[in-house]
This record gives sequence, C-alpha cells and structure tokens, in this order.
Amino acid sequence: MSLEQDLLVKPLTARVNLAQPQDLKAYEASGGYVALRTAVKDLKPQEVQSKVKEANLRGRGGAGFPTGVKWSLVPMGPDSGAKYVVCNADEMEPGTFKDRLLMEGAPHQLVEAMIVTAFAVGACTGYIFLRGEYVVAAERLNKALAEARAAGLLGKNILGSGWDYDCFVHTGAGRYICGEETALINSLEGRRANPRAKPPFPQISGLWGRPTVVNNVESLCNVPAILVNGSEWFRGLSQGKSKDGGTKLYGVSGRAKRTGVYELPIGTSAREILEDHGGGMKDGYKLKCWLPGGASTDFLMPEHLDLAMDFDTIGQAGSRMGTGLLTVVDDKQNMVSVVRNLEEFFARESCGWCTPCRDGLPWSVKILMALERGQGRAEDIAQLERLTRYLGPGRTFCAHAPGAMEPLQSALKFFRSEFEAGVAKTPTEAGVAKTPVAA
Amino acid sequence: MSTANSNSTVKLSDLPKAQPFALTETERHEIEHELGHYPDGRAASIGALKIVQQHRGWVPDEAIAPIAEMIGISAAELEGVATFYSLIYRRPVGRHVIKVCDSISCFLTGYEEIKTSLEKNLGIGMGQTTTDNRFTLLPICCLGACDKGPTMMIDDDLHGDLTPQGISTLLEKYA
Repeated sequence: MSLEQDLLVKPLTARVNLAQPQDLKAYEASGGYVALRTAVKDLKPQEVQSKVKEANLRGRGGAGFPTGVKWSLVPMGPDSGAKYVVCNADEMEPGTFKDRLLMEGAPHQLVEAMIVTAFAVGACTGYIFLRGEYVVAAERLNKALAEARAAGLLGKNILGSGWDYDCFVHTGAGRYICGEETALINSLEGRRANPRAKPPFPQISGLWGRPTVVNNVESLCNVPAILVNGSEWFRGLSQGKSKDGGTKLYGVSGRAKRTGVYELPIGTSAREILEDHGGGMKDGYKLKCWLPGGASTDFLMPEHLDLAMDFDTIGQAGSRMGTGLLTVVDDKQNMVSVVRNLEEFFARESCGWCTPCRDGLPWSVKILMALERGQGRAEDIAQLERLTRYLGPGRTFCAHAPGAMEPLQSALKFFRSEFEAGVAKTPTEAGVAKTPVAA
Repeated sequence: MSTANSNSTVKLSDLPKAQPFALTETERHEIEHELGHYPDGRAASIGALKIVQQHRGWVPDEAIAPIAEMIGISAAELEGVATFYSLIYRRPVGRHVIKVCDSISCFLTGYEEIKTSLEKNLGIGMGQTTTDNRFTLLPICCLGACDKGPTMMIDDDLHGDLTPQGISTLLEKYA
C-alpha cells in the first residue's frame, strides 16, 4: 500500500518512523501542513471546530470527552484576549505507551495539530507538556518546531495571514498527577502539581487564568487528517464498529506474544486486539483478567473479550476504556500482589492535597501487604471495600483516588477468594492478640 | 530582656556559614532562554531547576535562592516546587542514575527479579548510591514502553526486555 493510501486507513501511524522520522520536507511531500494551509486560508476558526465536532472525535487521553465540544466552550471573538493550547504529553498511566510512538515517530504531525488547534480556538501560545523521561521525543519535537518556525508555519504572521502563534515544549520532572489537566496547568505555571477545583473549567479559566484547551497527543494528531479528508471520512474509519469516529491506538502489554501498539478502527473487539494483533498469550500462560486502558480502569474477565473497545461499550461493562491499551494478567499471578502493585503506585503518586487520597491509599497498601503475607485480619476485606467507597467519585478533590479504586473494587468482585486466602487462620499469624468476642 | 535570655539567643554570626554559591554564566544564560517561553517567570521554575541539575548532577540547597531570584518568586515557593517533583534531586546522585519501572506491565513481566538482580549487582537498595558514586538506583512509574517490559532507564537511555542475567553486562557500559 502506498503511503497515500495508508494515510486514509491509518492516519495516525502511517507516517510513523521511529528510526528516522520525517523532516519538514518529507512531511510536506506526504500531505503535511495541507490542513494548516487550508485552515488559515479558507476556514474560519469556528468552521474548524465544527469539522472536528462532526467527526465524533472523542478525547484519547482516557476520559473520552468530545474534542470539538471541548473547544466550543472557549470564548471566541476579537475581545477574547490571550488563550492557550496545551498538549497533554505527560503519558504516565501504567500500561500506556502510545503517545511516545506518535511523538518519536511523527513529530511534525503533532506540531501541525498544535498549530491547527490553536487556530481553531484563537490561541496565542501553545505548550507541549512532555514528561521529562521522553528525551527522544523532546529532541524530535523541538527540531520539528524549529523547522516549522523557519518555514513561516509557526511564529509571527503565519503563512502571511497576520496571525501570530508560537509553540514550545515544556518538559516535566516526574509525578503522575501532572497528567490530571488542572494539576498539569499548575505544574506548567511552575507550581506544585496539585489539582484545581472545577468549575471553572480550563476552557474558561486555565493557564494564568486564561481560556485554555488541554488535549491528549493522540486526540490532537487526528485533527489535521480530519481537515484534509473530512468529518464523514473520519466517522467512517470506525467501520460501523462504534458510533465514535476514527481509528484508535490499541495495544497489548503483559505476557502476550506480540506486545505492541496497533492502529485499528475504534470499536475493534478486545479479542481481535489481543489474539489477532497481540498474538494471544505466551505459551504456557492463560489469560486471567485484563485492564482495558491503564492502571485506573476496572479489571475485566476473559468472557468480556468480545466487547467492542469503545468508551460506551466498556463503560457499560463496568469498566472504562481509558487509554485503550490492554494490560493482560496471566494465570500465574496472584491478584492480591497485582492489586498491591497498583495501589502502591497510586499511593506514591498521590499529590497529598486531600486527606482521603493521601491517607486512604497507603492504608489500602498496608492491608494488601498483610493479605499478601497471609497475615490479614478477618475484617480487612470489608475495610478494603469501605475504602473503595470512601475514596470513590465525589469524595476526593480529583479523579486520582477514584481511579485507584477501580482495579481494587473489580479485583474484589472477581477474585474475592484470593483476598480471603490472605486472612490469617490464627491471631498469632495475624501478628495481633485478639480479644474474644462473645457470640 | 533578661541576661538568661540574651545568653540563649543564637547570633547570626554563630550559625554555620552557607557555602558560597553562584550560578554559572551558562546556567544563567540557559535560564534566561527558558524564561523567554512564558509570560510569567514562575513557569520557568522546573526548567531552571532542571538546568542546574543538568550541570551539577543535583540541586543543592544553596542554589534555591539565586534561582528563585532570577525567576522572580520567593525562595520558599521555589523550595516547595523543588521538593514536590521526584526527578529533581535534592541530594547528590551517582554519575549514572538508574530508573527502574515498577508499574503494572513491568511488574507482570518480571520487575521483582530485575530489582533483585540490580540490588545484588550494585550492593545497594532503592534510593541509594553506590560507595564509588557510580550509580544511584531509583524506582520510577511507567516509562511508556510497556510492550518491552521489564524496562528501565540509565541516564537518558531506555532499556527494555531486561533479564536478570543481562543486568551485569548492561551496567558495564556505564563507567
């Protein structure tokens, strides 16, 4: 298949070349910056917004909020003042490795998307908030930005339109919480990455109190192709497998044969992703359960494999599609240990801003460690269940702790006996002297 | 004021002197460049701390006030930022920093064995530095290379598909 044809089927990854990504010349030769030229010359910002809205592009960072709708909340007009576009490239959700591919393999695609998005919302400056560990991506994005700037595609008077916009790479210094969009804004402003109260939403009051759109790398990278090929084409990419539009970067990690990232129509079944593309489980391992899209999603079981991987379907099954990259848990794993690993991660990465999260997550780890050693107490499982409620949605400042509770609550639901097996048979084993309770 | 009280008062001149510290021309120049990216200097906080760390290996206490002054915020505010982020080192680290992914995909593919092998090879635990200052060992959250688990970074290099047996050969490459 030629690159031209490939771009119509796999708009996100057709250009990806990890060994040697396209430079400006090669990117333009393959249709790059056509979207930007079209937007600046022939379209009004609101028309770009409408095209993205009609494409049914839902945010690929995990929450699935429609991208075009998000943009439409930004105040427009000549008096709307300084506005910002921020790309959330802080990919740190355990089990997620898709944005790295896009940034290392096709940096110009994201740079063009950052310019087109800025045009659509009338932004003056853009920032790519990149996690510090992605050194290759930082280098390649900076090179692409410099090339775009030199070619008049970025900076003052872009393509002679009179519109000024510049974009910078801002690298982080660790902490998972920076991926939460309001924490990200605080971090970008040079503060501790504590989340902010919502409302106001960033589209109204974000970076430096100005209207700001924060979009994930994968969401943004779809934008240029939508403008070039149209909203209808984009909706059709899902091939009727989902009412959402586009392709999705799916992937598999864990003990599967061909782990990796695959661009497929959104709504492709988890079975097809794991078995056809991921090659199934490694020999000698059976699938025990799986996380649909990161550490903060509920476990699903082998019987859920035929579900379409889209936001609504996975949501109805009691989990979340999240980032859409499957983490498969094999039959050699003990679920108490698996969940302990997940909760240790969340406990360590809590920003400490609100008490339920700061104190509740280490508490869950402590209980899970006791159960792992066979030193749990009879009431521990009920306590874990209480924690899933006390740290659930609405009880904490942001989605960090509720996200942490998703794998715990689903593991308790599906694998209760493994948790019960960690309860000590005698008080001595539990390391505590128990007072006998009268019946 | 009673005599007893004035005796117990600590005089400024009695306090241990802070080490003389000045940002180098290069550091100042790089921080200035970073400041140019933002309408508000505070946004360059993390970037400036990283610049100093890049040149010195870590961010000593004495560096906080001069950086804060360049950025235009108080030293206390910058201290709050510098202690929040896990990749700003506030203690000296070895010549090479090993960051081992301990998140779920690497955990499922053999993180524990890699950790044990590293600790055995280096003779240190997580968060420690070897006595010859060659390596510092740190845990890190998901490196976004889950298909190659277990993974780790040594300095800026990503290493995937690690095996416990391969660790010693890999470490040899970092003098």
